[in-house]
Amino acid sequence: MADAIEARDLVKVYKGDVRALDGVSFAVEEGTVFGLLGPNGAGKTTAVRILTTVLRPDGGSASVLGHDVAKEPEVVRGLFGLAGQYAAVDENLTARENLRMIGRLNHLPRAVIGERTDPLLSQFQLEDAADRPLKTYSGGMRRRLDLAAALVARPRVLFLDEPTTGLDPQSRLDLWGVIEELVHGGTTVLLTTQYLEEADRLAERVAVVDHGRVISQGTPAELKARMGATVLEIGLSDSEAAKAAALALGRLEDKEPQVVGNLVELPADRGSQIAMEALRRLDQSGIVPVSFTLREPSLDDVFLALTGRHAEIEADEEQALARTQAGNRTSATSATGGAR
Amino acid sequence: MSTVAGTIPPAVVSPRGPARLRWAISDIATVVQRNLLNYLRIPEALFFSSVQPIMFVLLFRYVFGGAIKIPGTSYVNYLIPGIFAQTVAFGAVSTAIGLAEDLQRGIIERFRALPMARSAVLAGRTVADLVRNVVVVLIITGVGFAVGFRLQTNAAAFIAGLLLLLLFAFSLSWGFAVIGLTAPNSETAQVMSFPILFPLTFASSAFVSVQSMPQWLHGFADYQPVSAVTNAARALMLGGPTASYVLQSVAWSVGIVVVLAPLAVRKYRRA
Repeated sequence: MADAIEARDLVKVYKGDVRALDGVSFAVEEGTVFGLLGPNGAGKTTAVRILTTVLRPDGGSASVLGHDVAKEPEVVRGLFGLAGQYAAVDENLTARENLRMIGRLNHLPRAVIGERTDPLLSQFQLEDAADRPLKTYSGGMRRRLDLAAALVARPRVLFLDEPTTGLDPQSRLDLWGVIEELVHGGTTVLLTTQYLEEADRLAERVAVVDHGRVISQGTPAELKARMGATVLEIGLSDSEAAKAAALALGRLEDKEPQVVGNLVELPADRGSQIAMEALRRLDQSGIVPVSFTLREPSLDDVFLALTGRHAEIEADEEQALARTQAGNRTSATSATGGAR
Repeated sequence: MSTVAGTIPPAVVSPRGPARLRWAISDIATVVQRNLLNYLRIPEALFFSSVQPIMFVLLFRYVFGGAIKIPGTSYVNYLIPGIFAQTVAFGAVSTAIGLAEDLQRGIIERFRALPMARSAVLAGRTVADLVRNVVVVLIITGVGFAVGFRLQTNAAAFIAGLLLLLLFAFSLSWGFAVIGLTAPNSETAQVMSFPILFPLTFASSAFVSVQSMPQWLHGFADYQPVSAVTNAARALMLGGPTASYVLQSVAWSVGIVVVLAPLAVRKYRRA
């Protein structure tokens, strides 16, 4: 089947010689969900802005449903819907007025807009608040309206730029449900996210983006397969206990255990054998774990393997990074940790 | 879900010629409506933005007015045409603030990704502000007559004066659009506007005669745009020779649009 979205060697250089995109290529088959996965500042939003004709690339080309975004921007704008992390809906208008405005700017006949508004409002559970200004809305409601607005024109291609960033877990789950329904309807979706779980759940194919480059591409399962079969995850009562456990475990299967908060993580190809060996070593040191799990690797583990960093850390979890690094240092040279 | 994605319509292709113009007009109308709804939805802002010009009328009429002597007419008659000019000039700040806010909140980003006319965001903003100015001018007219302003010409000349003021307001909106698209946020847009507005409105013939100002200021105060439009409106409302003032005022209004509107459009493309 034809590719609905194509990006070929996209380059974008911002002021100060920041290469936001440094030769990004990917293709999204029609009717599938494609995830662009990466930390803040990786270049995901820049790619979406180029594909939605808002930004001109400095190099490379891109097309939506066969139309070049730089040469035929006006045609391309009629083909897609866009919903973004900023939920760019009008605060002072009601949900109904927002949908009507977007419908009219898509040049839909009034009657058609009228027919579509109510079903969209009820589909996104906004009918009770439909005639209230958005100022009274929760973050989740705004995102749902943003998504509804992107669908008024019934686009064949949908760009979702970090659709759930900043949402509480329940709103995120709700929105995932809505997006999954859309996909069953046959819409092609390009989704950007810094949540590995999100890409894993929604996307059929994923490109991992880091510093303006695609560093890996494939199905979530393929990406996970590059990581070794399993990850052993041992929960301890606190981070000190976790560091002690990591020391007690030492190297297993030639891999160093990683301390993340009060967890010890260990990638393992022969999961069950390593698990038994790990339990023996912990027992010898008199350490009793709170939890002991042998799980499939997550995309976060993939990111760690590909870049040496956790994917979600750069954004708002610098503290977590500091914690992890401190943990690593301590496990390597326990004297410094003890001295402090 | 089938309700949303069940039938996929053919791609919308942007038309050429008259149909394209019809789309552009429809887009501008949509954005105007949206901007006006925004003004109406914040009644506090609406209330205080109408109170401010009324305060100026009362302040100059009853506080400063007693100290200002104008030969040939009462101060209130002299004042009201100036208040009109000052009010529409100050009103142009709302164009700057509105655009800066839309940029900041990502609304413009969304508009750019829609198949709408490129011109509609700027035109929709300046036209909405023109509508707002019509309302403000009507309020000042009412307040002016209430505090003792008396027309010395006729209704047609008065209306011509108001139209001249509204033309000036519209052209100034395009000028302040440049500020709105340059400022990083709406607060800065406002702060950036005042150093331009204060000399324009106060070092003008709006409140006092330029003759009372120091000599070095005359060159600026006599010919700058707020003076030009004040003098024209004053001549149309109170009598006296009009042709030269009207011409100056129209020249300023057209000149500002010709120079600054393309700059605003360029800023908009890059913002």
